Amino acid sequence: MIELLGIDGKVRGSSPMSLDKVVDALRLMLLSRAVDDRLIKLQRMGRVGVYGPVHGQEAAVIGSAMALDPQRDWIVPASREHPAMLRHGLPLKNMFATYMGNFDAAAVPDGVRLLPRQQSIGAQLPHAVGLAWALKLRRAGGVVAVYFGEGASSEGDFHEASNLAGVMRVPLVMLLINNHYAISTPVHRQTAAAELAARAEGYGFPGFVVDGNDLLAVYATTVDAVNRAIAGDGPTLIECRTYRMGFHNTSDNPKEYRDTAEVDEAEQRDPIERVRRFAIREGVWSADQEAAALNEIRSAIDTAQRQVEELPRPGAAAIFEHVYETLPPRLQQQRAEALDDARPS
Amino acid sequence: MIEAVRSAITEEMERDDHVIVLGEDVGKKGGVFGATDGLYARFGEARVLDTPLAESGIVGVAIGAALNGLIPIAEIQFADFIHPAFDQIVSEAARTRYRSNGDWSVPIVIRTPFGGGVHGGLYHSQSIEAFYAHVPGLKVVVPSMPADAKGLLKSAIRDPDPVLFLEHKKVYRLVAEEIPDGDHLVPIGPAVVRRAGTNISCFAWGLMTHYCMEAAEQVAGEGISVEVVDLRTLAPLDRDSILESVRKTGKAIVVYEDNLTGGFGAEVSAVISEHAFDDLDGPVIRVAAPDIPAMPFNSPQEDFFMPNPEKIAKAMRKLAAY
Repeated sequence: MIELLGIDGKVRGSSPMSLDKVVDALRLMLLSRAVDDRLIKLQRMGRVGVYGPVHGQEAAVIGSAMALDPQRDWIVPASREHPAMLRHGLPLKNMFATYMGNFDAAAVPDGVRLLPRQQSIGAQLPHAVGLAWALKLRRAGGVVAVYFGEGASSEGDFHEASNLAGVMRVPLVMLLINNHYAISTPVHRQTAAAELAARAEGYGFPGFVVDGNDLLAVYATTVDAVNRAIAGDGPTLIECRTYRMGFHNTSDNPKEYRDTAEVDEAEQRDPIERVRRFAIREGVWSADQEAAALNEIRSAIDTAQRQVEELPRPGAAAIFEHVYETLPPRLQQQRAEALDDARPS
Repeated sequence: MIEAVRSAITEEMERDDHVIVLGEDVGKKGGVFGATDGLYARFGEARVLDTPLAESGIVGVAIGAALNGLIPIAEIQFADFIHPAFDQIVSEAARTRYRSNGDWSVPIVIRTPFGGGVHGGLYHSQSIEAFYAHVPGLKVVVPSMPADAKGLLKSAIRDPDPVLFLEHKKVYRLVAEEIPDGDHLVPIGPAVVRRAGTNISCFAWGLMTHYCMEAAEQVAGEGISVEVVDLRTLAPLDRDSILESVRKTGKAIVVYEDNLTGGFGAEVSAVISEHAFDDLDGPVIRVAAPDIPAMPFNSPQEDFFMPNPEKIAKAMRKLAAY
């Protein structure tokens, strides 16, 4: 397992990430956790549908995203990578709009190289291969980074996509975020294999296991994978071993299936605390700076939430939009009939 | 019809270098039916990709390539093997536009040979249109004639939404037809009246259109005038043409090769009953295959399974008597 940053905040050798970037990453990690807190609160108030927090996985998601160039590279997310999406160019307001059910405001802005979140487990993997294949054919440069969990690695699409990616030698970085739980199913019920990264060898490309709670190790490993892809050397599988410290989503209660002792132990490996210690040790972070950063974050979140709350609610009949580019006559009729049915008689 | 398919793909690849082909054995071999014959030599392996055996992967990769600006034509070698890709077609290709609130579209074509009567047995004879015609966001096209195959396939390639393009294996070499010169396009959507008539409307697609034409000819001498409507596009369905024909004749037969229960003909029948009830002079009759899992490849059993002109003619006589 690749490890660079210790729990004590000491780095093995020199840091692969510039100190400026470390501070950016730390801010993003703090933002991510604050967003978790706010969206969970809003869900409990009935103002957000369902939310799955990033809590515990910040280093894996942010460390990998920091290795990408938003102007050049693509992100194909699963459903728990919003800090990566924010870093890649999705405005915070749009993210809040997604969860608050205002889809017009939730759009990924033009030019931001980001596919929508994916909830059908593993279905995004072949899309990422196709996207990377198109990059290669069009000689557009850049790589595709695709996120998925250890649960998705059991899906048929993982196998088909990995095999195709190897055969087609596409510029792809496969980020397997092993958070040890697929809802209640622990990783040892997901696979009998000691490590998931080893599967890469079977597809003809390299795989690495990295401490997913170690920002620097995730970053350095992803940088290498991006460089390999850019050089035309094909895909890389990176298994980021992390831990889902929160619930699967706001409908889940992990106390039903896992010991709190296990969670307490995971707290000791908190990915944010490690970076904080490192940044303080390097003299680029302090308690005052953190207090100021948290203030800025709170204000940014307040603004995003308010902006979405101030938007008009979507019209009911808008459900007929975006089925096809042009609404066929049959659907025009259905819309008219539905509007008629909805009128008080 | 196979030449019409090949010529449509070739012309579209010449017209737009974003158009690419992928699938099993589509490259050097040119496809098991020859639909992509010569494309590999002409356009190279970058645009004509032989893939591993992985239907979900083929469709999923086509979706991803489309999201990055390409126009992929994915071939599923036989419709019987499309089911591993069901999720990618139904939940991804068909719903990406909706899920992304119009931000993304998936302009892919999935071509696949379907249908029986070719001694193909269980895994090379299925009709699969009903599963897919049910899905909003997807278009389902089934040509029965070569000129339509060419014109509809070219339209499908240019369509901004995903299109499932079903080619009947028996029709591949059944009929010859002059294909109009130039950029021949047939719009996706409208049905076409293949034979005008006044007593009965007969609705079909693919091979069954030809069988209906034969049956109509058989009963013509008995004074039964049958109008044969080739639906061509199942989704979105041309409801107006169906109702227009039924309002004229007052009687309707729907013929399909798929199993009877829940087959696409059931939808056609429901549209007629719901919207042309006052014009009907008899029940809407379905002629379809029995609800058994497969058509065997041996002759007596395959023939017994398939609707044919004789069975259809019999249904026409029965309905004419109302």
